[in-house]
Amino acid sequence: MIVALSLILAFQLVGEILSRALDLPLPGPVVGLCLLVLACVLRPALACRLRPTAQGLLAHLSLFFVPAGVGVVAHWPVLRQHGAGLALAIMGSTVLAIAAGALAFQAVARWTGSVDPEALKDRP
Amino acid sequence: MTDPALIWSYLAQGPLLWLTATLAAYVIGDALFRATGRQSWANPVLIAVIGLAVLLGATGTDYATYFEGAQFVHFMLGPATVCLALPLYDNLPRVRRAFWPMLAGLAVGSVVAMVSALLIARAFGISGPVLASLAPKSTTAPVAIGIAERIGGQPTLTAALVLLTGIFGAIVVTPLLNALQVRDWRARGFAVGVAAHGIGTARAFQVNETAGAFSGIGMGLNAVLTAVIAPWVVGWFG
Repeated sequence: MIVALSLILAFQLVGEILSRALDLPLPGPVVGLCLLVLACVLRPALACRLRPTAQGLLAHLSLFFVPAGVGVVAHWPVLRQHGAGLALAIMGSTVLAIAAGALAFQAVARWTGSVDPEALKDRP
Repeated sequence: MTDPALIWSYLAQGPLLWLTATLAAYVIGDALFRATGRQSWANPVLIAVIGLAVLLGATGTDYATYFEGAQFVHFMLGPATVCLALPLYDNLPRVRRAFWPMLAGLAVGSVVAMVSALLIARAFGISGPVLASLAPKSTTAPVAIGIAERIGGQPTLTAALVLLTGIFGAIVVTPLLNALQVRDWRARGFAVGVAAHGIGTARAFQVNETAGAFSGIGMGLNAVLTAVIAPWVVGWFG
């Protein structure tokens, strides 16, 4: 587990360095994610080695958002000042974006014939 | 016996108290989430955040003190993001086959998220820095903050709006896509990743591994696309 964690942190570290050195629009951890996919393609054994630790962390991905979430409370005065407008903008745009994005994905999947029967919900 | 006030003043200085409180709040949130049969409205992040906010208010603790302890949990966001590589790698053949649907979902989801948010906010008379802070709210927090700085927004306000978007998206995605009868896990995951970044992705992983993998991709791609188009869109809203 320590070896796996060290490897994961190393990928993040290299990602952070590349993100800053090359002035990429992506944050370091996302660059690290891309590098790790590439590394797993080149060496599938790496994926087997990291899988248990990665699954453990991803199972509780929600936990890691809690401290930043509490930060919302610290911005309460600004949020309340524009309360109704910001709340409706966030709720309305999120509903529209999820619906439009999912329907566009589904429509193009049917159109290009890339329907994946194994990826269907409630499949018979 | 030592005066309880002394014990409190000792605990209030170190990270142990708020680190423990953060984990305990999440464990309670997760237990309630399971107790409701994994209903999306019982979002564990939301429950934990409300519990901790009440606790901070009751003990008169400010956010900076709280974050001294909570930063260890916050730090794990980075390594956890790197770990999204594994479900992505495991789903790689499936991802290759879904190139065109992903492109469509990304373009439509990303543009609709930004333009509709700005239109609604402008209808309520919101303008200037607050409007610019709202534009990148669907992208993952570090990218959103970077974009907000570049287009004249307030980074801390953006961080709060990003979090609220994620929590709302994670709560609304399941009933919304059930109502629209979208049965493709790839489409469901991808759309919530584009619109509600990592918190949406966390929700997707709670439901289905394929949805989680596609959600992680949606989050990453939207970070890039929003960084590119946000300056134009906000400039257009002037």
